[in-house]
Amino acid sequence: MAESMELRDIEVWDGNMAASQALRQCQVDVVAAYPITPSTPIVENYGNFTANGYIDGEFVMVESEHAAMSGCIGASAAGGRVATATSSQGFALMLETLYSASGMRLPIVLNVVNRAIGAPLNVNGDHSDMYMGRDSGWIQLDCYNAQHVYDMNFIAFKVAEDHDVRLPAMVHQDGFMTSHTAQGVKTLSDEVAYKFVGDFQPMNDMLDLDHPVTHGVQTEEDWHFEHKARQHHALMTAVLPKIQNAFDEFEKLTGRKYNLVEAYNMEDAEVAVVCMGTSVETAQEVSDELREQGIKAGVVGIRVFRPWPMEQLAMVLKNVKAIGALDRSSPHGTFGALYNEIAGTLINSGNKVVLTNYIYGLGGRDLTKAHLVGIYNDLKANAEAGKPTTPLQQYIGLRGPKLSFF
Amino acid sequence: MLEIRWHSRAGQGAVTGAKGLADVVSTTGKHVQAFAFYGSAKRGAAMTAYNRVDDKVILNHEKFMSPDYVLVIDPALVYIADITANEKEDTTYIITTHLSTEELIASQPKLAGKKVYTVDCIKISQETIGKAIPNTPMLGALMKVSGMYDMVFFKENMARVLKKLPQKIIDANMIAIQRAYDEVK
Repeated sequence: MAESMELRDIEVWDGNMAASQALRQCQVDVVAAYPITPSTPIVENYGNFTANGYIDGEFVMVESEHAAMSGCIGASAAGGRVATATSSQGFALMLETLYSASGMRLPIVLNVVNRAIGAPLNVNGDHSDMYMGRDSGWIQLDCYNAQHVYDMNFIAFKVAEDHDVRLPAMVHQDGFMTSHTAQGVKTLSDEVAYKFVGDFQPMNDMLDLDHPVTHGVQTEEDWHFEHKARQHHALMTAVLPKIQNAFDEFEKLTGRKYNLVEAYNMEDAEVAVVCMGTSVETAQEVSDELREQGIKAGVVGIRVFRPWPMEQLAMVLKNVKAIGALDRSSPHGTFGALYNEIAGTLINSGNKVVLTNYIYGLGGRDLTKAHLVGIYNDLKANAEAGKPTTPLQQYIGLRGPKLSFF
Repeated sequence: MLEIRWHSRAGQGAVTGAKGLADVVSTTGKHVQAFAFYGSAKRGAAMTAYNRVDDKVILNHEKFMSPDYVLVIDPALVYIADITANEKEDTTYIITTHLSTEELIASQPKLAGKKVYTVDCIKISQETIGKAIPNTPMLGALMKVSGMYDMVFFKENMARVLKKLPQKIIDANMIAIQRAYDEVK
């Protein structure tokens, strides 16, 4: 029986330790892992917990990220609670198996510490890997600080393993900016944390020998479409209500309130930025400062990237006059993903808002408060003109001459 | 908001120092942040680490900082790193060196007219801990210069932060912290 760990009410943890501790408290049956910067400490800490008797489950060290997710798929199909962690190139190597996990409806939890994808090689944080996963059929929860990482891991297990959902979930945090930044994290006792997530309830588990099942079958044109439609149907209809329920229950337990879309200073906002990760909080501080100068600035953080919370987002943006969509990933030949998603969300909403796109922070480039003030000034001009006063896509924080497109 | 920038070489313990400080400050109910800039980290490469401390929740995640304190824990970085970058008018410098404050300023004129304190954390850590790990003594010097916390409270909490180390090493760290507190000028 695993040892219980005494935690202080507030521990000073970085995002990686917050993830490791949450995994420990959820009593995961199998973690199959291969380390990669900046997510390495998640499995390193977890290995430490295992060696010191705090883990009952199996910790399997494998030879690659492809093998890590493959091991997780096998263990999950066998019928256990399963999790791992990765970043960047490791995530890319896992990609093929990510589609297997979601297609086989296996509720694996993957902590993704977001990092740039080379070339050029870069270990720092941007959202390239998160964006790469967005069509893979996983639930994607996004965190803005270490506290969120701790809390979203519990939410992820609870929602993913629900028998009405049965889909894998990623918990995203910004490489280094969250993963290696220590902040105060309010903890739950081992008992309370485990009780919130509950015992793993198997479904179609391969180790249930009295009820033989087949996983990972081949379906050609006769059934493939129906399988994929069911998977999409579950993502589109079951997941958001279950996440909302889990958020409500979590708030009752901890007092910490999460929303599918995090609206800040949005009640009367005329201009707003929409972004993800640590940028959300920096923008919140900037919007407070701009409000003191009379600029009605708001911030919208995407908490659930997949499934896309269209209705909730349209609701918080319904009275805004100008929006900046901030994408921390190179769009390579089109608009950033957030720009496209927001445009798709608003085109039929009746709100004639001016929408522009900002590409920022690639490879860990700093997003400063001064950058955000500049963006809000653009948006204010757009709101007053009722049309774009800048190119539709601008690069922020880039050295050299200004770069823009469209 | 109190902001601190550490200048260090990878392997000298600036990250551990920054996280340790954050841990101690957090016990007093304040909000904290501790982070660092990493490249492809190589031991000996110049690097920076950071602390933010505030009474309210810290939302700012920008790496840009105009520090209230600059802590330099490797003597040579005074000459090869931009330790005065983004300084404020009243930024306070605490610098590890075997030189006196006057000699240091004479050797690095851009520190002239600034609030500069010196202490030899390298020597102190070699003589107490047995190797050049200048991070904990620097925190002792910071406690003296800033008046942040009294030494009994601080050492008690640092001993808790270091609790995974052998008792002998913890004791040596406590002596190093006290010596830097007493010797910083």
